[in-house]
Amino acid sequence: MEKNIFGDTDLDAGVVDRRIFVDEEIYRRELETVFTRAWLFVGHQSQIPNPGDFFTSRMGEESVILVRDKKDEIHVFLNSCRHRGMKVCRYDSGNTSLFTCPYHAWTYSTDGKVRGIPQYKDLYDGVLDREKWGLIEVAQLVNYKGAIFATWDKDAPDFETYMGDALMHLDMALDCRDGRPGGSEVIGVHRWVLPTNWKYTAENFLGDSYHNPSHRSVDLIGIGPSGRAGIKGRRDGELETATHVWINFPQGHGVHSAVQPSFGNYTPPASDDPEIGEYFAECHKLRQERLGEESRLLPFTGNFFPNTGYHGGQPRGLVVWHPHGVDKTEGWRFFLVDADAPKSVKDYLRKFYMRYSGPAGMTEQDDMENWLYASKSCKGVIARRNPFNYQLSKDAAQQNPIVNGIQIRGRVTTQMTEHMARGYYRRWMDYVNDADWDTLMGKHDPRHNVVQAAE
Amino acid sequence: MPDNTVSAPITRDDAYFRLRQEVEEFYYDEAAMLDERRFDEWLDCLHDDILYFMPMRFNVKFGQHAERENTTADEGMSWFNEDKWTLRKRVEQILTGVHYAEEPLSRVSHLITNIQVKEASPSAADATEIKTSCRFFVYQNRVEHETYNYVGRRYDTLSRENGQFQVIRREIILEQNILLAKALTTFF
Ligand code: FES
Ligand SMILES: [Fe+2]
Repeated sequence: MEKNIFGDTDLDAGVVDRRIFVDEEIYRRELETVFTRAWLFVGHQSQIPNPGDFFTSRMGEESVILVRDKKDEIHVFLNSCRHRGMKVCRYDSGNTSLFTCPYHAWTYSTDGKVRGIPQYKDLYDGVLDREKWGLIEVAQLVNYKGAIFATWDKDAPDFETYMGDALMHLDMALDCRDGRPGGSEVIGVHRWVLPTNWKYTAENFLGDSYHNPSHRSVDLIGIGPSGRAGIKGRRDGELETATHVWINFPQGHGVHSAVQPSFGNYTPPASDDPEIGEYFAECHKLRQERLGEESRLLPFTGNFFPNTGYHGGQPRGLVVWHPHGVDKTEGWRFFLVDADAPKSVKDYLRKFYMRYSGPAGMTEQDDMENWLYASKSCKGVIARRNPFNYQLSKDAAQQNPIVNGIQIRGRVTTQMTEHMARGYYRRWMDYVNDADWDTLMGKHDPRHNVVQAAE
Repeated sequence: MPDNTVSAPITRDDAYFRLRQEVEEFYYDEAAMLDERRFDEWLDCLHDDILYFMPMRFNVKFGQHAERENTTADEGMSWFNEDKWTLRKRVEQILTGVHYAEEPLSRVSHLITNIQVKEASPSAADATEIKTSCRFFVYQNRVEHETYNYVGRRYDTLSRENGQFQVIRREIILEQNILLAKALTTFF
């Protein structure tokens, strides 16, 4: 690029220029380079169980339709008529055999093909090739354990390559509590607007465990699954006996997980409801049997590049931070439970999710406050002459270490760190600079390609 | 399902208007407690068995509104699906002084209007269970420039014992689809 649009950003030194959160030009480039290329989470198969079912979602700033066609195949289309762009679907979800454009009444079938164009014979015959004017479809789509991800870039590596070693952490959110692969369902989607740049939220989910003090109010009063039994904290058991791991992956993903030292260190949540507690204890036992030593790895949070965050345990779900203007983000939070869990367990979980998560959640309200007022500061002229500090636990990471007897793949620290954010913004800059896919996958990042690289 | 369907229209006689006035007074007292930040006192307006519910709302095809427009209390996610314990926790949280989404406290005014009694049993004259509907306009101003206007409908079931009202069921229908606020830190 001709000029350095990233300003004083220097990830070797651990500083990030505030402009990246407020600069209109950077934002415009992000829409073109990040959201047209990266794999983005669109929805879940459980939201569209039957042929003709659709769910209206987003990719970046744009509206898309996740639909199961009449032949049971899943598609993701841009929600924009090929004639003048009107949204062909303005319902949040439903079942249909046709998408009818409200403007001039072109219709499309659920596989995206043009079905009808009014007065076609008289007005278009021999001119308009209907085969060419179907709904615009994503270049690649994957149904990974029920989660639908898509990309507009036909040259993007396949989803599993794109996820790399971060995939097993996504598994921990999507797999059944008893270790069976997949099997989760979405029980609802929170959608709300937050006045902050989308990267603030993505970065928080990368594993910013350092912001723990901001949640002091809920920790004091106790709102966790076992809160009714008088147990303090916002979750049940923060895996105190485990070694926590903060992992940066070459593709820009980052997670916070934890490794139990032995099989014994597990207290099931729900001490206020023995029956539910028993259910979770049984799940945990089965998971140990299925996964063996690997079952000692347990999830917290993470963010898959660029904007798919997750909570793997309490609460449990995926969240997409859609850019909605440089200083606005739409949060779409997809809550997960095991599809075959008893109703009593689902009820127990959803009530905890509701008091914890999103704009009405006691925990995350305080996040929203911080994201708003912190990101607002980036607009100040003087403020912008002074970059942010990202030096937390700099140079403390190891490559693929053994933690409590289990090899953890990626660049790992066992102390709180911002190295996921440092790695994330390295990749993010590569996207904004329109780098090739090898670079975007971190293949040229020396930090990930030597055994003990300094940061 | 929303508990806002009424079997037979109530007769608007003197007893009805007297009861409605009492309900109005109760609502204004309640609003004052919230706006004047007497949160502990407000909790006493809520029955121990309260269901306090705010659904999420969807754009659905014409004809599907009754079935699909709003989430329900019985399954899935909503904005609020609270009992007395969680509401008390929400108050406790504000009182910690470190609930940053309400620290410093917002300035809030509750305007409660269009109040109607929909059902009174056993009768308006000696009602112990009353179903009402009303509209709310909740204005919130936060820190400096942050302002939210929440407009919607409220469907309540009130219990009355010894002349004292308590809310035993409150369904709050906010007229929004994607929530246009960063956080719902106020009560409705
Ligand atoms: S915009 Fe859709 S038919 Fe014209
Ligand atoms: Fe947080």
